[in-house]
Amino acid sequence: MKEPEVHLPFLLREDRMMENINTMDTLWVLFGAALIFFMQAGFTMVEAGFTRAKNAGNIIMKNLMDFALGSVFFWIIGFGLMMGAGNGFIGKLDLFISGNYDSNIPTWALVAFNTMFCATAATIVSGAMAERTKFSSYVLYSIVISAVIYPIEAHWIWGGGWLSDLTIGGSSGFIDYAGSTAVHMVGGTAALVGAKMLGPRIGKYAKDGRLRAIPGHSIPLGALGCFILWFGWFGFNPASSYGLSTAEQAYEVGNVFMTTNIAAAAATCIAMIVTWLRYGKPDVSMTLNGSLAGLVAITAGCNAVDPWAAAIIGALAGALLVFAVEFFDKTAKIDDPVGAISVHGVCGLFGTLMIGFFAREDGLFTTGKADRLLIQLIGVAAVLVWTLVTMYITFKIIEKANGLRVSKEVEIDGLDSAEHGLETAYSGFELKAND
Amino acid sequence: MKKLEIIIKAEKLEDLKAVLDAGNCSGVMISNIMGYGNQKGHNRLYRGAEYSINLLPKVRVETVVTAEEADPLIDTIVKEINTGNYGDGKIFIYDVQDAVRIRTGERGEEAL
Repeated sequence: MKEPEVHLPFLLREDRMMENINTMDTLWVLFGAALIFFMQAGFTMVEAGFTRAKNAGNIIMKNLMDFALGSVFFWIIGFGLMMGAGNGFIGKLDLFISGNYDSNIPTWALVAFNTMFCATAATIVSGAMAERTKFSSYVLYSIVISAVIYPIEAHWIWGGGWLSDLTIGGSSGFIDYAGSTAVHMVGGTAALVGAKMLGPRIGKYAKDGRLRAIPGHSIPLGALGCFILWFGWFGFNPASSYGLSTAEQAYEVGNVFMTTNIAAAAATCIAMIVTWLRYGKPDVSMTLNGSLAGLVAITAGCNAVDPWAAAIIGALAGALLVFAVEFFDKTAKIDDPVGAISVHGVCGLFGTLMIGFFAREDGLFTTGKADRLLIQLIGVAAVLVWTLVTMYITFKIIEKANGLRVSKEVEIDGLDSAEHGLETAYSGFELKAND
Repeated sequence: MKKLEIIIKAEKLEDLKAVLDAGNCSGVMISNIMGYGNQKGHNRLYRGAEYSINLLPKVRVETVVTAEEADPLIDTIVKEINTGNYGDGKIFIYDVQDAVRIRTGERGEEAL
């Protein structure tokens, strides 16, 4: 009996849809995927720079492994759950991806591209949970978010799920072009749950509850990370067009590049001004965070809005960021070493809702209709609740089974030594006597 | 006047500063040092190869106080900073011949 075709590797199969494949589109998507991959370096440097040197090796491992594990488990399970033709809630179990997902780009290009988005959502959490999380617990979390939690909500938005079909009045389909909600709000919300359950780092709050700063050990590394993220975002947003072979796509991608950059720039300026007024001097680390806030906020609407609106959205995000960071530090007393909850969670949510006001075709300010805003609200709320519930369950189980936080001694000594056997990540900066 | 040279673990620095501030020390000199005491370090693996760590990072805090203040301050430090573990540190006490405030030229205990 002839072997069923679906189990052959792609290059040997007869059901490849060659006539639809567009090589320019494929090049564009894969180029974008490479840029998005580089954002992993961005996250690693931001997080290493804004935390203490004694934990640098651990930060590196967390960021390296959430990408590596995410790639593997998204391939094994996640992609099928996200893109499989299931129902409105969930895709299909397509272990190791044997289905045909060709469109204008080949299946593996689609998989590789979407892997980068999944990995970005996963890696956001490492910053908020830095300096006190058991590495083994973080590994378990990475697997769960990449295999199940991210794919299912991404299915709703991008995999043909219920949010992509949601119609209210004249507006149809939840808009999240490159993932302010699907990637960033999800990551930021998971970060919120994790950081809250962990508790603050030792020394972050004095015995009387007073807030104490724990400065990062290398602002230059943090800055390098921000610039790398900004650079990588020029893949994250524009390549989500899934093509660059027609004039229409050229206009679309050009607009997305512009809105992306202008939102980031406006957010940076406003964040700087707000810190200048509030703290008396333009604050370096907060301004760097401001750039990211603008990038996160525009990620959903970079295609749906025009540059003038992107500048406003970015500017508002830059201001919102400063107040969000202070809120979590001083009011909510949730210790977030790098501001991940504020940058990704709060600004992701904010940016997605802003489409309801500023969308070219159906925004409240541009056309007076409220249908778009309503759709955006429903989508954001649904994904928010999904993430809060599933991440709470995930972290709770991990806490019970493995423990979430390291011991006091390990935290004080630094995770590099106890968790990784790494005496220091900065060997040349200290005296060492070797036998 | 006595000079106290206090060798402690880095994470105890904030606690020590609190003790010294409460004891009205007029100034401190703090440096990062590497060294070892009786424990002489431990071994580690790097890329599969073993190497020995026999220099450990510590913090040295030096302060000059009047002779009367010295012993009560030392007692407080031993009580507040000790954790019961090896590596807690040491205090060395020196006699200070004289002290000068550069701004005014005062000498002796008034210079502190």
